Amino acid sequence: MAPALLSVRNLTVAFDTRRGPFDAVRDVSFDVGAGQTLGVVGESGSGKSVTAMALMQLLPDTATLTSGTIAFAGPSGSRNLAALGEREMQKVRGREIAMVFQDPMASLNPILTVGHQIMEPLRLQMGLAKAAARARAEELLALVRIPSPGDILRAYPHELSGGMRQRVMIAIALSCGPKLLIADEPTTALDVTTQAQILELLRDLQERLHMSVLLITHDLGVVAEFADDVMVMYAGRTVERSPVQALFDKPGHPYTEGLLNSMPPLEDEDPEVLQAIEGNVASPFALPPGCAFHPRCPYAFDACRQALPPFAALGEGHEAACLRVPC
Amino acid sequence: MILRYILRRLAFLPLTLLLVALATFVVLRLTGNPVDIFLDINRTPEQVEALTQRLHLDLPIPAQFLIFLRDLLHGDFGESLQFSGSAATVVWDRAGATFQLAGTALGLAVLLGVTGGIVCAVWRDRLVDTIISSIAVAGQSMPSFWLGMLLIEFFALQMRWLPTSGYGEPRHLVLPAITLATILLPNFVLITRTSILELMGEQFVVTGRSKGLSRGRVLITHILPNAINPVLSFLGIQIGTLMAGSIITETIYAWPGVGRLLIGSIFKRDVPVVEAAVFFIATTIALANLTVDVLQMLIDPRIRRS
Repeated sequence: MAPALLSVRNLTVAFDTRRGPFDAVRDVSFDVGAGQTLGVVGESGSGKSVTAMALMQLLPDTATLTSGTIAFAGPSGSRNLAALGEREMQKVRGREIAMVFQDPMASLNPILTVGHQIMEPLRLQMGLAKAAARARAEELLALVRIPSPGDILRAYPHELSGGMRQRVMIAIALSCGPKLLIADEPTTALDVTTQAQILELLRDLQERLHMSVLLITHDLGVVAEFADDVMVMYAGRTVERSPVQALFDKPGHPYTEGLLNSMPPLEDEDPEVLQAIEGNVASPFALPPGCAFHPRCPYAFDACRQALPPFAALGEGHEAACLRVPC
Repeated sequence: MILRYILRRLAFLPLTLLLVALATFVVLRLTGNPVDIFLDINRTPEQVEALTQRLHLDLPIPAQFLIFLRDLLHGDFGESLQFSGSAATVVWDRAGATFQLAGTALGLAVLLGVTGGIVCAVWRDRLVDTIISSIAVAGQSMPSFWLGMLLIEFFALQMRWLPTSGYGEPRHLVLPAITLATILLPNFVLITRTSILELMGEQFVVTGRSKGLSRGRVLITHILPNAINPVLSFLGIQIGTLMAGSIITETIYAWPGVGRLLIGSIFKRDVPVVEAAVFFIATTIALANLTVDVLQMLIDPRIRRS
């Protein structure tokens, strides 16, 4: 694996809600190599997006990063982002780490032109003058393959299609040349053809700009196509980490196995009935003791209910938190 | 495109005004014979006859309405019964005082209300929010005539800082403007607060922060511009409340505006002046709403398109 650009260790995020406190992310560790893509997979509520927001220090007011380090390789050595103050984080956001979100309509301000929104980080973060920022914004729109960028700069978000808006979001994210792009379900809100185009674009841009990508998704198909490594999360914890091929060849955690079985088969495979994972995601307020997945696990035995299973190695860079590993 | 929209809206204005005219006409004829009330007890049959003819009360009701409409098209509401001069002139002469009072009160309510709302939203659930929001909720339930009397009692009678009534100098404007502003102010605080808090949860706010903008910058460039329209919508709805409030306030402080004229004319059954005054107030409300709609269109490109 390439030297890590981002190295997260033992990240824990606590929420304080009206229903009581809970940890949305527990003891999560992962690396993202320079120029690599890490896919983070899990159901809704597994802590994927909270992890991403914690990296940016953009957690909601009800959440706190209670422990963990976020080592990010910068121009002047590695820094722990978790320890940075708001002022310093503002220089990291957009400039070194940028984000693309799920819903491209809601992500753009409806009453400002596309041009205004792209030029905003260029002027503030890069200190470009208006004319230079406009020229750069046009280049960026061309980079994300938007036809007639000059017109689009003057357009408002509602005048664009979903795919176009997501391209604009990507252009905004790339505007200051970030080293890491966090893409939080970037294609979920788009139709299938557009999804493929956006993924294609992201992959192409990643190669050309030598960016690292943290790709959050619940779609293993997207991971298979795009990611180098995968982290599977369940109920706030990492349950499996693996290079992408190894995960599909030999899933170590029963939850990963369940996710793979619930994927629609490819055309050349025999159509089978899709297998759903039994039961519901554990409530964060009443997590089962031991392995949080045991109530839904077809293989669970007594020991699973008692202690948190440690990570066990399955291969090079491949480990799973399950007592059955290696089996 | 905006000009076309304004013209289209203006084309509907006569319809609104026609309905207002009809309502005024009907209500005035449902509340007793103006002749009986306007003329005193020593009236002669000749006086009754003359006034009945002057107000066309001897004609069938539909004919009366047609005459009313015909005169209306000429801007003619008839001669005032209690003052010399046409009803339209009598009302127009007092419009300035009403605009002065309502304008000052509205400016005060918007300025303080929006500022208060922003403060409450930014420091949500902190002490300052609790205090301002509580005062706003209490203020909402305070009748303006009661507040007006309290203000007169304290500032005018006890402290003798300000006059109880009168017109012409800035000091005369203080208490009436505060009283009228208080009718709208609490709602502006609460509406602004809610709008901003709602917008703070929007995804584009997170986008702004993810670009590296500070909280303050996101507030000023992304949240506040989006909060203008909900506040403007509310303002449009409240123009009616403002005009109604100015009738009460003008009466309390003997402010020589259209509102006080209207109340006096109703009691005296000065039919032409009542019609002209109601018509004036309705036109003001309609034009204010048109202005609000046009402003909203300028602010939000999504409205411009549809």
